[in-house]
Amino acid sequence: MTLLALLLAPLAAAIAIAIAPPRLSAWIATAGSIAAAAIAVLAAVQFPSWTSEVFWPDEVGPAVFGGFGITLELGLDGVSMLMVLLTVVLTAISVIGSYTAIDHRHREYYAWFMVLESSMLLAFMARDAVVFYIGYEFTLVPMFFLISIWGGPDRRPAAIKFFIFTFLASVLMLAGIVYVASRRAEWLGEWSFRIPDLVSYASTQLTAGEQFWVFLALMAAFAVKTPFFPVHSWLPLAHDQAPTAGSVILAGTLLKLGTYGAFRIGLPMAPLGGAELCNFFAILAILGILAAAMICWVQTDVKKLVAYSSVSHMGMLMLGMFALNPIGLQGSVLYFVNHGLSTGAMFLLIGMVYERFHTKDMNQLGGLASTMPVWSCFMIFFTLSSVGLPGLNGFVGEVLCLWGCFTAEHDTMAGYPGLLGPWYAIIAIVGLILGAMYLLRMLGKMVWGEVRTPAGHDHEHGSLPQDLTAREIGILVPLAALCLFIGLYPRPILESIDPAVRSVLAGYPDAVLRVRDAELAEGRSAEDAPTLVLVEDSSR
Amino acid sequence: MMEMSERLVLLLPEIIMLAGAIVVSVLGLSRGSVLRGAVPLATMATLAAALIATVLVHDPERAAAAGLPLPMLGLYGRALVASIGLLLVAVTIGSVDRRLEEAFAKGLAPFDPIRVLGGEFHAFLLFSLAGAMLVTVASDLIWLFLAIELSSLPTYIMVATSRGSRRAQEAAVKYFFLGAMSTAIMLYGFAMLYGAAGSLELLQIQAAFLGGAGETPIAVLGVLMVVIGLCFKITAVPMHFYAPDVYEGASVPVTAFLSFVPKATGMFVLMSILAAVGWSADLDSPSLPPNIEAVLWMIAALTMTLGNLGALLQRSVKRMMAYSSIAHSGYMLVGIVAGPAFGGYDAVLLYLLVYGVTNVAVFGAIASIERRGQEIDSFDDLAGLRIRHPWAAAMLALGAGSLIGMPPLLGFWGKLDLFVAGLGAGQTELVVLMAVNSAVSAWYYLRLAGPPTIAPAGPQADSIERVPSRWPLVTAVAAGFGLFLLPLVLDPISKAASVAGPPPIAAAEEAASTSAPIDPAG
Repeated sequence: MTLLALLLAPLAAAIAIAIAPPRLSAWIATAGSIAAAAIAVLAAVQFPSWTSEVFWPDEVGPAVFGGFGITLELGLDGVSMLMVLLTVVLTAISVIGSYTAIDHRHREYYAWFMVLESSMLLAFMARDAVVFYIGYEFTLVPMFFLISIWGGPDRRPAAIKFFIFTFLASVLMLAGIVYVASRRAEWLGEWSFRIPDLVSYASTQLTAGEQFWVFLALMAAFAVKTPFFPVHSWLPLAHDQAPTAGSVILAGTLLKLGTYGAFRIGLPMAPLGGAELCNFFAILAILGILAAAMICWVQTDVKKLVAYSSVSHMGMLMLGMFALNPIGLQGSVLYFVNHGLSTGAMFLLIGMVYERFHTKDMNQLGGLASTMPVWSCFMIFFTLSSVGLPGLNGFVGEVLCLWGCFTAEHDTMAGYPGLLGPWYAIIAIVGLILGAMYLLRMLGKMVWGEVRTPAGHDHEHGSLPQDLTAREIGILVPLAALCLFIGLYPRPILESIDPAVRSVLAGYPDAVLRVRDAELAEGRSAEDAPTLVLVEDSSR
Repeated sequence: MMEMSERLVLLLPEIIMLAGAIVVSVLGLSRGSVLRGAVPLATMATLAAALIATVLVHDPERAAAAGLPLPMLGLYGRALVASIGLLLVAVTIGSVDRRLEEAFAKGLAPFDPIRVLGGEFHAFLLFSLAGAMLVTVASDLIWLFLAIELSSLPTYIMVATSRGSRRAQEAAVKYFFLGAMSTAIMLYGFAMLYGAAGSLELLQIQAAFLGGAGETPIAVLGVLMVVIGLCFKITAVPMHFYAPDVYEGASVPVTAFLSFVPKATGMFVLMSILAAVGWSADLDSPSLPPNIEAVLWMIAALTMTLGNLGALLQRSVKRMMAYSSIAHSGYMLVGIVAGPAFGGYDAVLLYLLVYGVTNVAVFGAIASIERRGQEIDSFDDLAGLRIRHPWAAAMLALGAGSLIGMPPLLGFWGKLDLFVAGLGAGQTELVVLMAVNSAVSAWYYLRLAGPPTIAPAGPQADSIERVPSRWPLVTAVAAGFGLFLLPLVLDPISKAASVAGPPPIAAAEEAASTSAPIDPAG
């Protein structure tokens, strides 16, 4: 019931906004998002599964399409609870952060925002693959409207590119899900789209070849959403053109739908496929880290810079996931939250500057430390969190991802062999350093240096004062507090992630060993594969 | 076979429709404008009566004894045609004879029964719908052919008289000649089937094909020609090329009609014929004649791909919808290729409902607006529509979303059902092609959804007026709500659409052997 209420609260707010006069829209949206946040916190307090892998509440939902066994079953484990909390917090903050930025069509804006929240929550809470798909896919519609109505000058092409890229890929995911479900129905004689049913069938009964294609179909969707290099090109465009709050949600939670999907459905459903394609995706992730870092060097638009740094961070996240051991996966899931908090906050900060100076070009801005000291403090804080300063949240996630990746093939975590190795981690660290450099360079240009404001800027900020208002500080402080908390005391969160991670990895030790054996056998017959020597060395 | 009186009971809905058509055509000639205005309402009443009769006369035993390869198709198929037909009639209200009626009302012209077309138009509409309903209960080839023609011939006239422009007449002539050609091909195919099976009765053909008649070249060629002929009705490759010109030439309500009724007719016939020549729900029995499945596969793949590529290039809404209609036929053919054993037929029948409701939402919205009496037919004109016509804009966006297959709208569930059927039958390549095609289609459907709801009003937006009749918009909004609400009752609908249970061959064969075929002429 709690979860259903959580799902319906934003929808009710959206309907109320559609009926009420436009001047009340922002207030209803605020009330709706805060109500959703309160329900989510209430659910988190009574949540019994923080340290177990059992989903809560453990009950079958009402049938949606009984002929195919599709049910509206909602349930949470530690990881999805974290994602739900992240979603409600970021949505409430984005709604409050939009008061002054949105100057026309208020009613539609806030209504779409509430629909977006509901749709994301549906995806994170769904226990049925089709219901997950509905939530996952429907986020496109509100986001499409948010970008194409309230976005920047190139908003239309950006919105269309965003829509087409994601839609194309997610239809393939649907085909993959239906494939597994129809094989299962053939085998068992009854239909079900429940994620656990599909996972337990697919991971044990499908052949290696089938798992390969199923994994590829599922990851096609999640790779575009995450996004992986080279299908990331929609993201900088969408971020650049989206309104501030849209960027916050896009970076904070929408991208996490991709990583969450890979974690919840992709990896567990096809372990043989995952192990087979592990190196391929890890290499794509590293290419993403490096390519995004290099693109950032020539980027003068701050918002695009942060967007590309997102691509780089998501590469790191996926590298941790494909380490296929509990450490890497824990880091990866923690990264879901970290990236949402710090990148979301950075987009908010950039939006605040944009509202005052109407530019995102860092060559036109400088020395803001003297004119906007409060803003500068927050900017420094969140940039450091993003580059992984020890003591802040980013560090914990990054270290765990790299650690998992570094130790993967040596199997130091008893029973969880992986396929990546130190070289993957080392190259990723180079990317990490590059990432730190470009973000710090941005900080140097904007916060310090000589005072620069855009030509023609007359120091009038409409109703806004020069530095941040209490409202703006109020939405940044909770994010900063969460960053600090995770940075200093990540243990409770890691403990709540751990059971889910282990159940996701259930099929992997065997699958990885099978893939290794197959490679070794191939290597012995060919006797010319240099990478296999490494593997053999490590086993001695 | 069954008694004549039993047969007449089975045909009660069609009898009501034909009687209604006569009443409507007389009513349309009356002097009083109120009576003439009641023509569409009388048409709708007829359809409602036929819908009720369909449900009331439905009796599984009677249907099983009627000698049909798909005995349960009669209920769902006829109910579907009657209910979508109701919506389609509501969209036409106020468009036929509009100029003339305005002139009569203002006293600019004396009443002239020769010039009014409303009665004839609606009578033909009823005839065509009656034909579409009749194909679901036709038990032999001659009857089937007559039902198809009853459904087709009125549509040529409807296109020609739909608006007083030369383009409509040009479209009607094109439509007529190509339609005649396709009918000839199909009839030739029927003749060959008769030659191969030695009977016109569908069940006897089924028995003959089970006995190995399907392996002869004449049988394969016959089925192939029937399929090609039917491709015209369902706007599938290679007989699809007429659709854009005809859709563009006809008035919007008639285009809406053309996008649904001939397609439903063609799909019903295709399903019946394929069921008769071996496409059965029983996996152990012999399947289709060799190569026919491969031909259907190719037709499905080409139809959806060419339809989508064509739609990408259009600037006119109606031409785009014509290509979109071609693409959706391709999707439905995935269900046909999957076959009845894997729920493919059921998925096609569900998809027909999905497609019909969605099209009513889109075409109803377009029919509800005009500029200086002219239809709005370019995407550029639609920019900023929401400012003065929010409901029409919203319905265009909703309809486009459903055509894309955006969950949780109705279109998504239709596509999901086709996915399930296709993958269940092992047609993975075809389903992936369909998935890619649906994604490509998002590109042009976004042009239908985007400009009306997003763009600031262009200079043209202010000159767009609502048509005098409220009905098209009301119908579109009703269909739009259907896109949201019908998914909630998907279970009963999909149960009703499950027509491809194991055909009661034994019982029907027994019945068929004891009575002579119904003579359609007498």
